[in-house]
This record gives sequence, C-alpha cells and structure tokens, in this order.
Amino acid sequence: MEEKCLCEPTEILIFPCSGGSNVGQIANQAGMTLTQEGFGNLFCLAGIGGHVSGMIESTKAGKIIGAIDGCPVACAKKTLEPAGFNIDEYVQVTDLGIEKNHDFNLNPSEVKKVTDPIASRIHRRKGVLSFKGKLYPSFSEGRI
Amino acid sequence: MKKIEILGMGCPKCNELESRAKEAVKGLGIEAEVVKVSDVKTISNYGVLVTPALVVDGVVKVAGKVPKVDEIQEWIK
Repeated sequence: MEEKCLCEPTEILIFPCSGGSNVGQIANQAGMTLTQEGFGNLFCLAGIGGHVSGMIESTKAGKIIGAIDGCPVACAKKTLEPAGFNIDEYVQVTDLGIEKNHDFNLNPSEVKKVTDPIASRIHRRKGVLSFKGKLYPSFSEGRI
Repeated sequence: MKKIEILGMGCPKCNELESRAKEAVKGLGIEAEVVKVSDVKTISNYGVLVTPALVVDGVVKVAGKVPKVDEIQEWIK
C-alpha cells in the first residue's frame, strides 16, 4: 500500500468515549463509521487521558474536535476539556433515546442515529473548511 | 546530549523543520543529535497523526506545523 504523507492537515478529529457499555461501543462504532465515510478521523481519547505527547500535539493541530459520549458520565468531555481542548461538536448517545445496557450486539440503526446528526453538522461546516473528503456520503442501513 | 527527532515523510515542511532544528542547535551552541524519522510505524508509535513533528528526548513538542527557531530553542535548551 502506498504511504501517504502525513503533512495533510487532519481537520476534524473524532473522539468517542468507547466505554464499556452498549452506548460506549455505539459511540466507538459511530466514530469508525464517520471516519470511513470521510467525515473526519477517529482519534484516541485514551491518549489524551494518558497525556501522550504525540496525541496531544496532533489534537492541537486539528481544527474541529468532535466528541461522542455514550452516557451522562461524559468521559470524552471530561477527558478533553481538562486537557485544554474545546469540543466543537458533541453528541451523547443516551440523549438520542438509546438506553444504556450491556448488550454488545449493536443495532446498526442505533449507530446511524448517532452518525446522522454529527455528519449533518460537519456538512454544515463545509463552507468553513476546505474539506477534502466526500461531502455527501450516504449512510446505508446495516452498513456496520 | 539531547536527541531531537524530526518526524515526517520527507516533504518540504519536514525538511524545513529539520533545517530549523539544526539552526536552533547551532544557535544555542549545545550538543544535540538531530535525527530524521520517516518510518510511518515509528511515527505512529509516538501517537502522531500529523507531521511534521518535533520530538525532544522522546517527548513530542509540536505536530502539524513548523515552529520558529526560537520556539525550538525554548524546547531544547
């Protein structure tokens, strides 16, 4: 595989909480789907919490920070903000009517419920950023 | 002796950072090793998503931009 130069700016960084519940993993899956669809780059929340200098400096280079929390515990928010990062786009999975449990058989339609609002908000920012990814990807049911 | 690593694939920005790092070292008159790292696996092991990046003694000081010589000197002195 051809190696791409990393000097292209990573403008949109997506931090899911990736927590130990269905909603944490829906957040994680949503982050992966948004990345695969070209809306941004999934990035490592644990690296911010762990004070990994490379991840912190790379996050500073991002232009938009999106955070996806599974539940009101809000680990993504509570990790990013004390590290000095302002969250530009924020979604909490339980706010979308998805109940927290520990069933890890994720429902694709629930993941879509999370990706759709974030995708549309990022889409609205298209005039602000010279976005090089696909602008109008369509999320298909059952994609995951 | 300080170890300064320039992370990047060899694009003009990476080369510029290397040049500024060497200038910063020379300006301070300190002993430092300036090493260019272009291996993607090594770069990603630093958690760096965007280059160029400057690493001083294992700590990433900046990523995704080319800092001024005096900024670099603050990190390495």
